[in-house]
Amino acid sequence: MQSPADFDMSRRGVLITGTASAAVTAVPGVANAYAPSASTGKAPIMSTVAFTVNGKDYKVELDTRTTLLDALREHLKLTGTKKGCDHGQCGACTVIVEGRRINSCMTLAVMHEGDSITTIEGLGTPGKLHPMQAAFVKHDGYQCGYCTPGQICSAVAMLEEIGRGIPSHVSADLTAQPEISIDEIRERMSGNICRCGAYSNIVEAVQEVAGQRA
Amino acid sequence: MKAFSYERATSPAEAAALAGRTPGARFIAGGTNLLDLMKLQIETPAHLIDINGIGLDRIEATEEGGLRIGALVRNTDLAADQRVRRDYALLSRALLAGASGQLRNMATTAGNLMQRTRCPYFYDSNQPCNKRQPGSGCAAIGGFSRAHAMLGTSEACIATHPSDMAVAMRALDATVETVRPDGSVRAIPIADFHRLPGDTPHIETALDPGELITAVTLPKPVGGRHIYHKVRDRASYAFALISVGAIVQKDGSGRVALGGVAHKPWRVEAADAQLPAGAKATAAALLAGARPTQDNAFKIPLVERTLGAVLAQAEAMR
Repeated sequence: MQSPADFDMSRRGVLITGTASAAVTAVPGVANAYAPSASTGKAPIMSTVAFTVNGKDYKVELDTRTTLLDALREHLKLTGTKKGCDHGQCGACTVIVEGRRINSCMTLAVMHEGDSITTIEGLGTPGKLHPMQAAFVKHDGYQCGYCTPGQICSAVAMLEEIGRGIPSHVSADLTAQPEISIDEIRERMSGNICRCGAYSNIVEAVQEVAGQRA
Repeated sequence: MKAFSYERATSPAEAAALAGRTPGARFIAGGTNLLDLMKLQIETPAHLIDINGIGLDRIEATEEGGLRIGALVRNTDLAADQRVRRDYALLSRALLAGASGQLRNMATTAGNLMQRTRCPYFYDSNQPCNKRQPGSGCAAIGGFSRAHAMLGTSEACIATHPSDMAVAMRALDATVETVRPDGSVRAIPIADFHRLPGDTPHIETALDPGELITAVTLPKPVGGRHIYHKVRDRASYAFALISVGAIVQKDGSGRVALGGVAHKPWRVEAADAQLPAGAKATAAALLAGARPTQDNAFKIPLVERTLGAVLAQAEAMR
C-alpha cells in the first residue's frame, strides 16, 4: 500500500518532470528574460533578507522581485502557503506576520527584514493540530483544500482581531467590543475565497473555535 | 515584474531626497496596489524606496484639537483607533467598508490616497488607456463603463478614484502634509490633492516628483451623526458602485461627499447647503453637470436614493 509520504514523493516527481519539460521548450524566452543586459538594465538585482519563519531563523539572498509568498514556497520550500490569484484577491496566500494576517503575494520578501512569520506549517503539525485545523477537519471546511491553509491562517488571526476589539463593516456599534456572530465571521473572512463554496462549514469551524476561546 | 533596485529609507526627509535624485524611483509602503500593478508591468519602477522604517506610524492629537495621522498608519489601526471611532466615525466606517482584513492590515493611510483606478481598461495592457499610456486613447469611452465616472470626466478619461477612505477624508476636510526632495514641507487641502483627469489623466495628484506624504491631519471633531453608505455588487470586498459619506447635525445641516462617481472624492459646497432640504435637492446639487454613459446612468437615481437612505438613517439616530 502506498503511504502518504510515497504519494507525496510520486506526485512531486510528476510535477518536477512536467516543469522540466516546460523549461526545455521555454529556454529561449527564459534566457532572454534573465540574461544580464547593459542596454536594458533589466538583469535581476539581488538582495539579502533575514527573518524568522515558524520560529526558525532564515537568511536568504533573493531577487528583489521575490514576493514573500514565493520566498516561502520556492526558496524555503514551505509549500503549505498557496498561490491562488497572486494579486491579493483570493486570500490563499494568507500568512501571519508580526501577529497580523496579510496576503503574502502582495508584499516583497525584502520588506520583511527581522520579521516573525507564521505559516500553516507553524500553526500545528499532523500529530498535534492547531484547534482551527482540527475544527476544519471536523466540520469538513473544504472540498479541494487549496484555499484551506489561507482560510485557517486568516481565521486564527481574525479571532485575535476580534479579541483586540477591532470593529468590522457589520459591527453595529463602532465603540463596543465586537461580538462573534455568523455575520461578523463572514464579513471578516471575505478576503478568503473558496471556489468549492465550503463557506457554511468554514463558518461553523470558526464558530466552534471562537466558542472554545470565549 | 521588471527588475528593480531596492533600498530602505530611515527618515522621511531622506526618503524624499533619495526619490528626488533617483530617476524612476517609487516609494513602497503596504505595496498592495503598487506590487499588483508591477506584476502586470503597468508600473515599472527602476528603484523602490521602502519607507516602512521611517516612523510616521502614530496617530497624535494636534494643538487644534484634531488628529495627525502618520502616513504609515495601517488602515486597520486607523479604523480601530478609539479617537477615530468616537469622533470621526465616518472615517472608521469608510475604511472598514474597503478591501479585506488582510489588505487593511497592510495598506497605509498615504498609500490609500495614492492608489490608482481599478478601471479594467487601465489594467488591460492590450487596450488603449490615456492614464497608462498618455495619448493612446480611452477604451472605457464607448466600452463597458458601468462602474465608471460621470462627474468631472474628460474626453481623455472616465476612470474613478477607488478609495473609500478618501471620501471620508474629503467630508472631514483633511489636510495632506508632505516633504519634498529639497526638504521643504507643505500642507495640501484634500480638496486639491486629487486632480480631475482633463487631458492629463496620468497625473493624478498635486504631488511633485519625489514628494512624500508624511501625514494626514483632521481638524477638530464636528460632532453630528456619521454615516458611510457604500453600494456595491457584493456584500463585502468589492469596490463601490457609488458611496455616500455624510455628517448630519441635529438641525439637518451637514456635509456630504460621494465616491465611485469621479476621478476624485466628489463634494460640492452647494450640495452641503441643500442637506436640510432633503435627498432630492442635495443629489441635484451634487450631480449638476453629470455626464453619465449609457452603462452607468443608473448611478444618477442610485445617488439620490442612497442619499435618501443616509438621511433617513441620520434621522433615526437622533
